[in-house]
Amino acid sequence: MAGNLVQGAVFTVMVVRAEMLRDPAFDPELAQQVQRSPRFFLNAPVVLDLRGAAEFTHEAEFIEARDILRRHTLTLIGIQNAQPTQVDAAAAAGLASFAPNASQPSRARPVEPAPNAAPAPPRLAATATAKSRLVTQPVRSGTQIYVRGADLVVTAPVSPGAEIMADGNIHVYGVLRGRALAGAGGDAEARIFCSRLEAELVSIAGHYLVSDQLPPEQRGSAVQIALVDGRLTIVQN
Amino acid sequence: MAKVIVLTSGKGGVGKTTSAAAIASGLALRGNRTVVIDFDVGLRNLDLIMGCERRVVFDFINVINGDAKLNQALIKDKRNDNLYIFPTSQTRDKDALKRDGVERVLNELKESFDYIVCDSPAGIEHGAITALYFADSAIITTNPEVSSVRDSDRIIGILASKSRRAEHNMEPVDVHLLLTRYSLERVKKGEMLSVEDVKEILSIPLLGVIPESESVLRASNTGIPVVFDEESPAGRAYVDAVARFLGEQREMRFVQPERRSFFRALLGRA
Repeated sequence: MAGNLVQGAVFTVMVVRAEMLRDPAFDPELAQQVQRSPRFFLNAPVVLDLRGAAEFTHEAEFIEARDILRRHTLTLIGIQNAQPTQVDAAAAAGLASFAPNASQPSRARPVEPAPNAAPAPPRLAATATAKSRLVTQPVRSGTQIYVRGADLVVTAPVSPGAEIMADGNIHVYGVLRGRALAGAGGDAEARIFCSRLEAELVSIAGHYLVSDQLPPEQRGSAVQIALVDGRLTIVQN
Repeated sequence: MAKVIVLTSGKGGVGKTTSAAAIASGLALRGNRTVVIDFDVGLRNLDLIMGCERRVVFDFINVINGDAKLNQALIKDKRNDNLYIFPTSQTRDKDALKRDGVERVLNELKESFDYIVCDSPAGIEHGAITALYFADSAIITTNPEVSSVRDSDRIIGILASKSRRAEHNMEPVDVHLLLTRYSLERVKKGEMLSVEDVKEILSIPLLGVIPESESVLRASNTGIPVVFDEESPAGRAYVDAVARFLGEQREMRFVQPERRSFFRALLGRA
């Protein structure tokens, strides 16, 4: 029996960047977001991302972070990207440490927004621990596919009237005629790739373009769509 | 093993009943024992198209409810001994289509027929879902225009998710495209989608292309399914479609290659 005591499971968890807790705008903005979908946030687990927040070194600071999130009905369960000293302090506050930690080589950091840019909205993107989803059959009109916390790969056409959504990237190796919404959880770095663009609507992290706004010269070609400086940008592949 | 075929489309007025009558008659002409059932409860039309409206006593709903026996409700076709018509009720509505009752009737029909052709009502509500639920094969009746194509796409999605075969993880319903009311002239003018356009969007195999033809209207009004009219292009197109359904290879007629497709025209690309 002892072998069955510990079982593995994969969860989707929201990540909050620790440096944002210092931002005075964080509190009201999070409150707003929670108010919009209270059920989604109720008792939802949160991991604190310590990348770029080396100043978090005391147990009390982690307890404070936990209390702030608790006020918004969220439950802080652990930390990520932590230095060894931070891991110890967090453990003292009863928080788990999730990989990757700062001692491991981490990916290159995304380009920081210009200093005069408006403060970025709180990033509550889901981590990509979930498995990406592969769809090999045509996505028919009226069908809705949502992939939580991961990418969606479609190797067939997506019909007009169909809607595909993912918290991560969307790849369509076929004609994209329906709606595609990447970064549905707010990840502005998500992208949409398709081998033929004839979409009704494309959206990344809430920024969208409808069919009429798609440049005619990009229609029918293989493109990728990314969010650059808050604008949806279509690049021909 | 008897096969249940549903004629469905999502959209109304595309020619489901005409096609159901023609395909059922075509299967019977090829020597198969065939019954065609009207699932359009409350909007009964199949009996008119089949020219047996004056012989209806009991109907599908009576049999589902156990008020009549199957052989009391089935009407034998005057032209072909292999063909039977199973009319529906004009006074009831789609709620009368109880799934277990329909299943019982279909199972009973399977004992004495090779093909059971179901003429579905339009829409994606209870009536249409019940008509397609037990299908082994589906013939998606589509007109060469965008709204019909989109509705067909929706119905193909429903066949793949809500049919009995889908719910029980059986081999999926075998889906065919029947393009009706096709006018080569209008395709050439860019007023209609071409066969290639429709095939590309729906990505299912093409069973047949039925040309727009006056003989279809004449057939409906006289109650003689168009396959019995050997002179008419539409009749011959249905005969071909039935042959393809039975596994024969036949060249597509009435579809010459077109130069400028509707979609390209729409997108402004020559």
